[in-house]
Amino acid sequence: MAFLDGTTQTNQPPVQVSDDAAGYYTLGAPLVDPVAPTGPIKDRWTNRKFENRLVNPANRRKLDIIIVGTGLAGGAAAATLGEAGYNVKSFCYQDSPRRAHSIAAQGGINAAKNYKEDGDSTHRLFYDTVKGGDYRARENNVYRLAEVSANIIDQCVAQGVPFAREYGGLLDNRSFGGVQVSRTFYARGQTGQQLLIGAYQAMERQVAAGTVEQFTRHEMLELIVADGKARGIIARDLVTGEISTHLADVVVLASGGYGNVFFLSTNAMGSNVTAAWRAHRKGAYMANPCYTQIHPTCIPVSGDHQSKLTLMSESLRNDGRIWVPKDPADAEKDPRDIPEEDRDYYLERIYPAFGNLVPRDIASRAAKYQCDAGKGVGPAVREVDDEGNEKWVRRGVYLDFAEAIDRLGEDAVREKYDNLFDMYERITGENPYQVPMRIYPAVHYVMGGLWVDYHLQSNVEGLFVTGEANFSDHGANRLGASALMQGLADGYFVLPNTIREYLADGPFEKIDESHPDVVAARTDVEERMNKFLSIGGTRSADSFHKELGRIMWEYCGMDRNAEGLKKAIGMIQDLKKEFWSNLKVLGTADTLNQSLEKAGRVADFIELGELMCVDALNRRESCGGHFRSESQTEDGEALRHDDEFAYVAAWEFGGEDGLPVLHKEDLIYTAIEMKQRSYK
Amino acid sequence: MNLTLKIWRQKDATSAGAIKTYQVSDISPDMSFLEMLDTLNEQLNEAGEDPVAFDSDCREGICGTCSLMINGQAHGPEVTTTCQLHMRSFKDGDTITVEPWRAEPFPILKDLVVDRSAFDRIIQSGGFISANTGSAPEANSVPAPRDKAMRAFNVATCIGCGACVAACPNGSASLFLGAKITHLGELPQGQPERWTRVVDMVGQHDHEGFGGCTNIGECTAACPKEIPLDVISQLNKDLRTAMKHGL
Amino acid sequence: MAVSGLVFIGYLLAHMYGNLKVFAGHDAFNEYAHHLREFGEPMLPHEGLLWIMRVVLIVALVAHVWAALVLTGRAHKARSSKYTVKKNLASSLSSRTMRWGGLTILIFVIWHLLHFTVGKVNPAGGETNDPYNLLVDSFDLWWMAVIYLLAMLALGMHLHHGTWSAMQTLGFTNTARSRANAKLAGWVVAIVIAGGFALVPLSVLTGIVTK
Ligand SMILES: Cc1cc2nc3c(=O)[nH]c(=O)nc-3n(C[C@H](O)[C@H](O)[C@H](O)COP(=O)(O)OP(=O)(O)OC[C@H]3O[C@@H](n4cnc5c(N)ncnc54)[C@H](O)[C@@H]3O)c2cc1C
Ligand code: HEM
Ligand code: HEM
Ligand code: SF4
Ligand code: F3S
Ligand code: FES
Repeated sequence: MAFLDGTTQTNQPPVQVSDDAAGYYTLGAPLVDPVAPTGPIKDRWTNRKFENRLVNPANRRKLDIIIVGTGLAGGAAAATLGEAGYNVKSFCYQDSPRRAHSIAAQGGINAAKNYKEDGDSTHRLFYDTVKGGDYRARENNVYRLAEVSANIIDQCVAQGVPFAREYGGLLDNRSFGGVQVSRTFYARGQTGQQLLIGAYQAMERQVAAGTVEQFTRHEMLELIVADGKARGIIARDLVTGEISTHLADVVVLASGGYGNVFFLSTNAMGSNVTAAWRAHRKGAYMANPCYTQIHPTCIPVSGDHQSKLTLMSESLRNDGRIWVPKDPADAEKDPRDIPEEDRDYYLERIYPAFGNLVPRDIASRAAKYQCDAGKGVGPAVREVDDEGNEKWVRRGVYLDFAEAIDRLGEDAVREKYDNLFDMYERITGENPYQVPMRIYPAVHYVMGGLWVDYHLQSNVEGLFVTGEANFSDHGANRLGASALMQGLADGYFVLPNTIREYLADGPFEKIDESHPDVVAARTDVEERMNKFLSIGGTRSADSFHKELGRIMWEYCGMDRNAEGLKKAIGMIQDLKKEFWSNLKVLGTADTLNQSLEKAGRVADFIELGELMCVDALNRRESCGGHFRSESQTEDGEALRHDDEFAYVAAWEFGGEDGLPVLHKEDLIYTAIEMKQRSYK
Repeated sequence: MNLTLKIWRQKDATSAGAIKTYQVSDISPDMSFLEMLDTLNEQLNEAGEDPVAFDSDCREGICGTCSLMINGQAHGPEVTTTCQLHMRSFKDGDTITVEPWRAEPFPILKDLVVDRSAFDRIIQSGGFISANTGSAPEANSVPAPRDKAMRAFNVATCIGCGACVAACPNGSASLFLGAKITHLGELPQGQPERWTRVVDMVGQHDHEGFGGCTNIGECTAACPKEIPLDVISQLNKDLRTAMKHGL
Repeated sequence: MAVSGLVFIGYLLAHMYGNLKVFAGHDAFNEYAHHLREFGEPMLPHEGLLWIMRVVLIVALVAHVWAALVLTGRAHKARSSKYTVKKNLASSLSSRTMRWGGLTILIFVIWHLLHFTVGKVNPAGGETNDPYNLLVDSFDLWWMAVIYLLAMLALGMHLHHGTWSAMQTLGFTNTARSRANAKLAGWVVAIVIAGGFALVPLSVLTGIVTK
């Protein structure tokens, strides 16, 4: 199809025939991005920045912006909008903005700087990202991301982020996540920390300048939508329990991802979906919620007490070899006593071309299959099935450095992986220089999130969503080192240039706390808090969270099928009923009460979990992080159905007892052609 | 293993607190210290007693949220954060005393939770490089000598946990302060504001009520990121130079 | 604090050197005490250098004590509630006893001045205007020698941490190497000064030095 601007669509619009989720949803009107730019792809962002209206500096002082979240996305936005002279109010649930979950990112940040002259370019980064996302990301957004990536590095260096450098004093970078060019900038294994501290310091500078007011230990519990526009939030002071109303001209959610719906994940303990879910309930569409990324190299679960999982950097797969014993009876043996011929280097066997470096989703599923087949290693952990039957399963595969140590010497291996090996030893008590590491996949990142247009505005007017909380840039799968890039791109360069188009119409008519929509939002929050405290049941919020996590991991994890998903939906609905009748939260609402905080988060996770299963059920194809066992090739690989599913699934809240409403936004590609991926 | 826990319980910022004794059993050596406390909390919840409030978030040793004075040592007996401390560092039958960080500028909010916002205010007073978004030059236009960049990185790993303050007999935050001064002062980008930064940050540090450093060195031993004492020397040197510049 | 401390160290080194003249015998020591008063004459009045030195010392003492009081006050305020259990991991005993050590030294110095300079008390009941004899008489009394030796212990500890601390405070310890050197300097200064001073009473006590 050819467009008036001279571009042509390279793909066919999808037509869905299958309808696995019939009865679980209703179909809404198709959706288009109302502000999608047109013209040659490389000019779209430049032109848009010019077309978007400016806000006169004198007016900026009169415009109030609420930003929920102080991670890379929120922190960078607060700093930049503060510098521009707007009135910013920033919220986070931690005791300091510097502790946002972005701090945990290890590997690095991508940028198309082409410092190595190895053929990198904006277009290549764009191409890799769309392809890596299995053609389920929006072309316009991804191109823009690639375009501003280089500016991010400049900005961070100017702020004093201590990136790794070469002997000549120039920036070093490396190749990451199976990409063929060297475009990942890093600060040892602590890139996220260093980038976040840069953003945090820039933001604190604005706090000192008086343009940003920071509210730490404040949790957003409701979005205020008044007269059809997002106009503020209701927050709870986690120390005093005070519920406060904050009004503004625009609200930005940068509240991160919801991987903790699985209970166990590599996310921080407090990471939650509440901000996004409350917005969803107020009308914002939730897009592609089922797209989760499961990371293959995490430290396995050690027992029932486990509260979170720890990621071991992907880079370990460059030198470690993954294997399991051929004979399950060998699982208890010391791995060093298992002779070479009794080991199955299954990735090298099945994927000879990529071996241990196959993409995250493939490596993860392969590990699961080995363990399901009883070949796992490490301590057996208790698993309970739906009927309540206990079984003991070993969930781990070896990641062995013996060969690398032989080849490179222990010192060379130490130099490369020293801090990771130490961390491993601290957690497991085993020394990986001597005994092979054990790894297992864990939930790591969610590609799904609130639906936004090219301006990062959701379908609710005046509500902008950035960073991991939105759905926009990674399609069905995210490349390593691209989440940090997106967070900072959104915060420093994109949002500040798009929000002004909206704010140019402001300041909007002032509303006050007596506005009926404000009162209603506030009352809702107060009632919900009281409800949690008054149920007076017997189970802690944590125990519900664990149970939800188990259902999600079992049926909406690495490998999904219609039957399991339907079962999961039923189980989650039952769990929800039990939650609201058998929850036990002690204490009161007017103090620091961590059980109460937890209860609110779990309540929202339960609802989200159900929607994720419905989305996964509807999408009868395997793409990126979403693998449906009904959709695979003859040799068991993921099979995408562009003909049916080349669309973004944007879900509208269907009311307390209603069904979710599906709006489809067809994906249009003009600068890239869709291909099936193959790693054989 | 079975353990006796002596934990500081304090209802809120204004109430008085006291140590209370609890027993936990069947603790696995693979548990982290915080998972052990989670277990205690489940137990308390069941028994109808208010769970013990403590801070944590990443549980990976990087966010700096967790704290706790464990048997008189900040973050416990290993050189790591409390969330990365595992129960195999203890033995069956041990008695473990758990207290919050204690320093006037870190008021206790509840049980083991303290308010560390003083650190944010120290950063606000000058712990940054003023570089407005969009004004940055091409990253490689200013090379940074590798050894200086390495030193900057090594000290930039400070996670702002406050263990240095908790461990210092003087309640000084000099290690935290020195880490930031050294991080920014070692980089070419940090030079223009170098002297005002140190004066302002030290001023804020003292104003918050942290004690002065008498070079005792407990801070660095407690620091989970092993920030070395030379950052305090650097801090003093920069302060001296700044005073020479008449600031 | 560091500057005044270093002034003390400088003075003590000189003072110790003087004291060691005890080993050169009665006349050499008294000659030295006398020369001290005439040094610089006629450019300076009698006891001129001594007075300059005294003023410097007094100023340093006031500054030092004032700084010590301020630091102590801040430290007490910053840690107003104590831990039930607190371990010390890296700190030396000297570093944790600076305040007590300093106080001990202060009391000692007052006593010392009464003893040798202002009061010229001879507890043995002998003459007081012959410095050498005064000294030997005094340290022949075991308890006088013990007081001095204990004071030297306190001084040694104060200097052990104080020297390193002064280097750190002045910002001379920016590398691992210079820090190790400063720690070493702490030991050296402490042993040389405290040890050097201690030699005198010890020698008298053991009969090496006699009238
Ligand atoms: C272990 C790990 C390693 C990773 N490594 C990499 C890597 O190497 N490279 C890469 O590119 N990506 C990596 N990622 C992914 C990346 O770190 C995240 O996707 C990204 O940092 C998200 O940033 P954000 O700003 O969107 O959200 P976050 O950093 O998660 O911030 C969320 C913010 O929202 C606040 N918030 C949330 N809910 C509320 C509420 N209800 N009320 C008030 N405030 C709220 C929080 O306080 C916080 O400030 C990694 C992720 C993990 C878990
Ligand atoms: C009069 C009584 C004294 C008191 C109360 C006192 C107390 C202190 C205190 C509290 C410190 C601070 C610790 C530190 O900064 O490391 C200190 C440092 C020091 N003191 Fe003393 N002191 C006294 C006398 C002396 C004397 C007589 C000397 C020398 C002989 C001396 C030498 C030093 C030195 C060198 C330092 C280190 C300075 C620094 O680190 O900046 N002090 N003293
Ligand atoms: C064994 C140890 C010491 C001996 C034998 C000793 C001996 C003396 C003598 C003989 C004098 C009198 C000198 C004179 O007036 O001509 C003197 C003066 C003095 N000593 Fe010591 N001293 C000792 C240790 C110390 C120490 C440790 C200090 C300080 C911390 C100290 C501080 C002084 C001072 C301040 C004076 C007065 C100098 C003046 O202003 O006249 N002495 N000492
Ligand atoms: S210097 Fe060390 S102990 Fe102090 S806040 Fe930083 S990381 Fe924590
Ligand atoms: S322990 Fe305290 S006294 Fe200084 S060296 Fe460390 S801050
Ligand atoms: S919880 Fe993040 S460092 Fe311990």
